Amino acid sequence: MFRRFYEYMKDYRRFGLYACLCVGFEVVFELIIPLVMADIIDIGVATGNRAYIVEKGVQMCILALLSLGLGMLYSRFAALCGQGLGAEIRKAEYAKIQSFSFSNTDHFTTSSLVTRLTSDVTVIQNAVTTGLRPLVRAPIMMLTALFLSFAINARLAVIFLIAAPLLGAALFYIISHVRPLYGRMQRAIDMVNRIVQENLTAIRVVKAYVREDYEKEKFDHVNMELQTVSERAFGLACMNMPAMQYVMYGTILAILWFGGNLIYVNGMEVGDLTGFLSYVLQVLNSLMMISNVFMMLTRSMASGRRILEVLDEEIDIKDEASGNLSVERGDVVFDHVSFKYKEDAKEFVLSDVDLHIRPGQTVGIIGGTGSAKSTLVQLIPRLYEATAGTVYLDGHPVKEYSLKHLRDAVAMVLQKNTLFSGTIEENLRWGKEDATQEEMETACKIAGAHEFVERFPDGYSTYLEQGGVNLSGGQKQRLCIARAILKNPKILILDDSTSAVDTATEAGIREGLKSMLPDMTKIIIAQRISSVSHADQIVIMDDGKVHAVGTHEELLASDSIYQEIYHSQQEGVGL
Amino acid sequence: MARYIGYKKPKNTKKTLLRLLSYMGRHKISLVIVGILVVIGSLANIMGTYLLKPVINNYILPGDLEGLAGMVAAMGVMYGLGATATLGYNRLMVKTSQKIIREIRKDLFNHTQSLPLSYFDSHTHGDLMSHFTNDVDTIQEALNNSFTLLIQSFITTVGTMVMIVVLSFRLSLIVLVSMGFMFLFIRFNGKRSRKYFVEQQKNLGELNGFIEEMVAGQKVEKVFNHEEKDFEEFCRKNEKLRQASTNALAYSGLMVPVVVSISYLNYAVSACIGGLFALAGLMDIGSLSSYLVYVRQSAMPINQCTQQVNFLLAALSGAERIFEMMDEKPEVDEGKVTLCRVKEEADGSLVPCRERSGHWAWMDQGRLIPLKGDVRFHHVVFGYNEKKRVLNDISLFAKPGQKIAFVGSTGAGKTTIINLINRFYEIQGGSITYDGIDITRIRKADLRRSLGLVLQDTHLFTGTIRDNIRYGNLEASEEEIVNAAKIANAHSFIRRLPNGYDTMLTSDGANLSQGQRQLLAIARAAVASPPVLVLDEATSSIDTRTERLIEKGMDALMENRTVFVIAHRLSTVRNSKAIMVLEQGSIIERGSHEELLEQKGRYYKLYTGQFELE
Repeated sequence: MFRRFYEYMKDYRRFGLYACLCVGFEVVFELIIPLVMADIIDIGVATGNRAYIVEKGVQMCILALLSLGLGMLYSRFAALCGQGLGAEIRKAEYAKIQSFSFSNTDHFTTSSLVTRLTSDVTVIQNAVTTGLRPLVRAPIMMLTALFLSFAINARLAVIFLIAAPLLGAALFYIISHVRPLYGRMQRAIDMVNRIVQENLTAIRVVKAYVREDYEKEKFDHVNMELQTVSERAFGLACMNMPAMQYVMYGTILAILWFGGNLIYVNGMEVGDLTGFLSYVLQVLNSLMMISNVFMMLTRSMASGRRILEVLDEEIDIKDEASGNLSVERGDVVFDHVSFKYKEDAKEFVLSDVDLHIRPGQTVGIIGGTGSAKSTLVQLIPRLYEATAGTVYLDGHPVKEYSLKHLRDAVAMVLQKNTLFSGTIEENLRWGKEDATQEEMETACKIAGAHEFVERFPDGYSTYLEQGGVNLSGGQKQRLCIARAILKNPKILILDDSTSAVDTATEAGIREGLKSMLPDMTKIIIAQRISSVSHADQIVIMDDGKVHAVGTHEELLASDSIYQEIYHSQQEGVGL
Repeated sequence: MARYIGYKKPKNTKKTLLRLLSYMGRHKISLVIVGILVVIGSLANIMGTYLLKPVINNYILPGDLEGLAGMVAAMGVMYGLGATATLGYNRLMVKTSQKIIREIRKDLFNHTQSLPLSYFDSHTHGDLMSHFTNDVDTIQEALNNSFTLLIQSFITTVGTMVMIVVLSFRLSLIVLVSMGFMFLFIRFNGKRSRKYFVEQQKNLGELNGFIEEMVAGQKVEKVFNHEEKDFEEFCRKNEKLRQASTNALAYSGLMVPVVVSISYLNYAVSACIGGLFALAGLMDIGSLSSYLVYVRQSAMPINQCTQQVNFLLAALSGAERIFEMMDEKPEVDEGKVTLCRVKEEADGSLVPCRERSGHWAWMDQGRLIPLKGDVRFHHVVFGYNEKKRVLNDISLFAKPGQKIAFVGSTGAGKTTIINLINRFYEIQGGSITYDGIDITRIRKADLRRSLGLVLQDTHLFTGTIRDNIRYGNLEASEEEIVNAAKIANAHSFIRRLPNGYDTMLTSDGANLSQGQRQLLAIARAAVASPPVLVLDEATSSIDTRTERLIEKGMDALMENRTVFVIAHRLSTVRNSKAIMVLEQGSIIERGSHEELLEQKGRYYKLYTGQFELE
């Protein structure tokens, strides 16, 4: 995992290197300063040399200032490196998410993708910014201290060979056992958050059914579970401090005792013993620092994994086509097409669909909730990939077109109308980057949007809030249609996108599409019979299958489902 | 990593601290024990360092092995005690802080449940969620570590300072000056990095917003081949964030190296001047060297202290946000009239009972009023806020068993009217009565229990399908659940699911279609079997054919019940007793379907498709 992230560091690696160098030199100064100080006392004071004292003092000051400079540089470089890595990861993730097919996107929820792009990345970059320093410092400190202590007295230093592995083993035990606990804790947190989230979105339901106490009880349960798990996780994690203390204190005592004996027996210098002691503390302290970094990394690994899940998600719709093939006529053929969302799903969402839509035709698709009407049309611009069978455009399987050419030729107005924050004009330009005012107005006229856009005080420059909340449902739908028309596609798909438009306006849009854009293949999914009754052919979907195909008159005469739908609406709106 | 979360100051530190302390106060004994253990642990550590010198001088140098053995044993005991104390306080603190955190979370959640709907309207879910996640996390982080570390570093700082002053008063002045510099720097740098943090936060917010919008609108992005352009925009925002956060972290990261370096400077100056003092005979060499050891140590606890103080401030500002929410006024409920089960005696009088008799009555000061479902609005005036009035002078009545429909464009006030019946919001003028009782006199829980609500957006809970239907009536038997599902025409699709009624629903029923979810919501209302039913666009996601299939069930559900229905599809409302056409908060037309068609007004236009609904 670390290697993976290291690759994303790219240009920022050098900052990482600089930061490491800074820390390295800082450590060197840290080791030198006490030596200079020893000179002041041992030589300067002992010989009574004032000038020497002052000289050494100035030296120390310079060293301190140098280390200050290094510290400041480190802080800048570490931030550059960590934040740079974060930015690169975010970029890679975003690019990856953009290449996701719909079924990839369906794997993750929107909110989880957002977290993976933001707070998870923050955890990683902070781990780098804070972890770098101890990770460089600790080994240097440890190695120098080890070397020096062996130089002082190799026999006494053998104590290290017992103490260090002992502490290492204890820390390893803690870290390896804490990791699964953190995983469990994360799941418990997810449960708590889920209940909170559900209660926030469904607050009306909770209140309407007076289920506050019931919900409180439910929350109490998961809250308790979270307490228990985190108590165990943190309880174990915090053991590294006492473990360190036991080993450190033990080592000090051992050194005093054996060292004392050595002095008695072999005449070891007292100064050496004190020096030795301080090195011992340094070695163990470094171990401790390293274990702290590991502890932090363990926690950030969860975030790392979540990020890699995004980066490693296999894109199931690949853009392999290299040719310059583009759609010319808009002839659509479904040849024994079947589809299911997941490989391992039992039932097919679409089964064995055979259909031919000729260029310029208007085709209506109608069917009950869940009859897979939307799924069917989403196969045309390869938003999903057929599980079996082939979809042909102008006689070529859709796979043979590059995604860009394919989607340029197919415009689709989705059931859920998404407009983006920005002006109406900016939103329309999604369809055609360099559209002229005239083109926009024409498209809007066909879609029946021009009239209401004109009435806004700012006209086409009216600012839309996120999701277009300041428009009515019908207005949003009409703008979305205009945006699609502006693309001037060969095939236009309207997925239940006139449901909120009144029947009179809808008839106007239908008429406009027919007279202004006669060559465009139009596929219209609708609930209302009136929306499709004038189509060249009407497809009735039922339970993922094509139930019947025909004109309004034919179907009305022969098809039971069509008759049923017709009658259910005849008494209602569809006059 | 957590070092960097600080730099957000709470507005009222003292008040928040006191309130947080009151949570901690519930675990006084544990915390006192923790405090004592921390003191023992730190003292053992300081003493240990202090004792090294005499051990060497008095026992090792003279070669007194017996004495050394005794001393080592004594130190062993002290060290053992210290380390064990460390172990003890760490564990105890984790336990206690998790308990405190659980209590805070619990109080927060419980309070959330009691807040009025208007609160949820004016705060985004993201904001409310972050109280449960970020804010609670910062408090947890602080409780887990800062409490103990703060005591510890405080003791060490004080201990070191005392030793410094004791060893040489004059030299300690240098230390004091350098400490002054440290604090000045910490304050200055804190302010400066706070500025960058604010900027970082702003950029982060912008990037988050962008990502959210783009991820949610990804399908459109693909359909329009818009990926490249969005990627450019993303990179621009991403780069801005990188620069801002690099600055923020670079400045906040300065603190540790600067404090360490100042202490080196201090060390250097002290050594130099100390050496000169020693030459002048003002100080002996032994004291000077141990003095310098202490000076060198003084930076560590100061760094630790500032870090922990920052943690604590972050935790306090988190706590402040949590407490602010807890201080939000809960829904008012001064109602005294309650709902109770009754059975009819032979003589026709009503008697309260416990068993499920199927009959209900209002208990008003000992008087029993049978529950019928007669709802009246008398000149009701309402606005979500003072300035903007949403409903003007609405008067209407629904007699028991009648079906009343509301028709009108978005924002006309349809949903608002029905939200007033169950007192989701409080009216500003006029009154609403239920079986002749002013609804403000009815206990809210009982009022709502007597009303069934089916909303346009169906919300399902994690759990089985059975659990979700039972939500309407926790006491419902298996049979009642299946019956309710049958009424809503949900039984057939549920049976076909792999696990039938035991199928687990995840994240708001994402594995069901919109129509199926709505059928479940209807089943939920059916199992509750309330005398008054409110349907807010309940069948809008169901296609007309399915709607016809469930029509019978709906009719059965609506039979003998007062029903308020909002529908955008006029076929759903045409058989209502009365249809109200709303426009801008007023009823502009009312009457039966036929009457309204005859009037040739707005309803007629809507019906014939000459007017747009939403």
